[in-house]
Amino acid sequence: MESTIIKTVNYNSYFGDNHVVKSVNIEIPRNNVIAIMGPSGCGKTTFLRGINRMHELIPGAHAEGQVLLNGEDVMVLHPIMVRLKIGMVFQRPNPFPNLSIYDNVIAGYKLNGIKLPKAERDQIVEESLTKVALWNEVKDSLNKKGTFLSGGQQQRLCIARAVAMQPEVLLFDEPTSALDPISTATVEDLFIELKNNYTLIIVTHNMQQAARVSNRTAFFYMGELVEFDETNQMFTNPKDKRTQNYITGRFS
Amino acid sequence: MAQIENEIRQLKDEVVNMWTLVRSQLQKAKSAILNFDKDLAREVVVREKRVNSYELKIDRDCENMFALRTPVAIDLRFVLAILKINNNLERIGDIAEGISKLVIYSENPFSEELLVRSNVLDMLDVSFSILDDALASFENENTILARSIFKRDEFLNEINIGLVDFTKEYLDEHPEEITELLYIFSIIRKVERIGDQVKNIAEEIIFYVEAKVLKHHYKKE
Repeated sequence: MESTIIKTVNYNSYFGDNHVVKSVNIEIPRNNVIAIMGPSGCGKTTFLRGINRMHELIPGAHAEGQVLLNGEDVMVLHPIMVRLKIGMVFQRPNPFPNLSIYDNVIAGYKLNGIKLPKAERDQIVEESLTKVALWNEVKDSLNKKGTFLSGGQQQRLCIARAVAMQPEVLLFDEPTSALDPISTATVEDLFIELKNNYTLIIVTHNMQQAARVSNRTAFFYMGELVEFDETNQMFTNPKDKRTQNYITGRFS
Repeated sequence: MAQIENEIRQLKDEVVNMWTLVRSQLQKAKSAILNFDKDLAREVVVREKRVNSYELKIDRDCENMFALRTPVAIDLRFVLAILKINNNLERIGDIAEGISKLVIYSENPFSEELLVRSNVLDMLDVSFSILDDALASFENENTILARSIFKRDEFLNEINIGLVDFTKEYLDEHPEEITELLYIFSIIRKVERIGDQVKNIAEEIIFYVEAKVLKHHYKKE
């Protein structure tokens, strides 16, 4: 039996009076890749950003209900602690432009004032870059700027930066939508690898990507979680008519 | 309407056309037996090439659907079902051709008594009836009708099971008809296989509409 790492209980989020995510109850099993899909404006990104309390950074936004990480309510934890446990990677690769590759990977520690001996820092950088299959490509140019890399490499650098903090969960908001097909394939292969050590939750507009990389898929529509099931089940025999209409391209 | 819906409609129309052609081949094969019409039997053999062309065209269209539209859910089940139904229909076309060739090979017409007592014409009528019902259930996504086919396929199997006994009995009574009897024997074997093909088609329709796999399990249902 898989253990649950993230569980939400009647989770709602709002932008002012606008009720964007409606009473979502979901249990996410550990060491899985979860895809979240749905049409634009369905609340999937807002839901994702609620998991590590990024949502509340937006003025006027608030959330209700519970998000449990290993049974602990993240709403009562310190947001920084939450984000150390639940890392995030965004749509566009966003390495710090003025930092080297090395410093980008270790940036989470520096920004949080965590001082480590050089040997330990070196080890974290090497391990993190190895985990994202970037080490062999950049080991001789660690002092070059992160922006020197290609788009796909930059995105893997951003994943390494998140991985360096040793999180339990990684959130991805359309992580390959700015990448070419080759870089996308590399990042998708990486998801499968990362699953061994982390739980990945990926918001994607690309249904084939959801089908390729995830074990389970959640379908959101108009703020509601309509269906959450094994990915092969969702793509061969979805239970809800709305899911079927969406994945077969029949949504008007 | 989504582009994929148009293409699925077109694919469905092609299969219906192939179905109609195969049905007409079988109908002509029956008339050829009944009237000992070798010209009609030759026409069936010639038109078999058209059935084969349909099969290739539908296969190619399914391949394009997979490559270009990446169908999922009901669309995926539809294209998978079409691939198999296409194959089953082509086999029924082959059977119609095989029956017609036997009519061509036979030197003498089949006696009325042989045709009646062997049940070969009844078997062909049941084949038409299940083939037509399978088509109606495919067009209307009617799985109740599709399920009714399983029972009628058993009628064909029963006649086939009694075939050896009938052949011995008839041979004792009419040894002079041995050649014609052997041709009818072979034809009945072929008609029995039509039932199997239509049963497979019915299973594919249920899979496409209900996402249930009945293969090897329909008796339990």
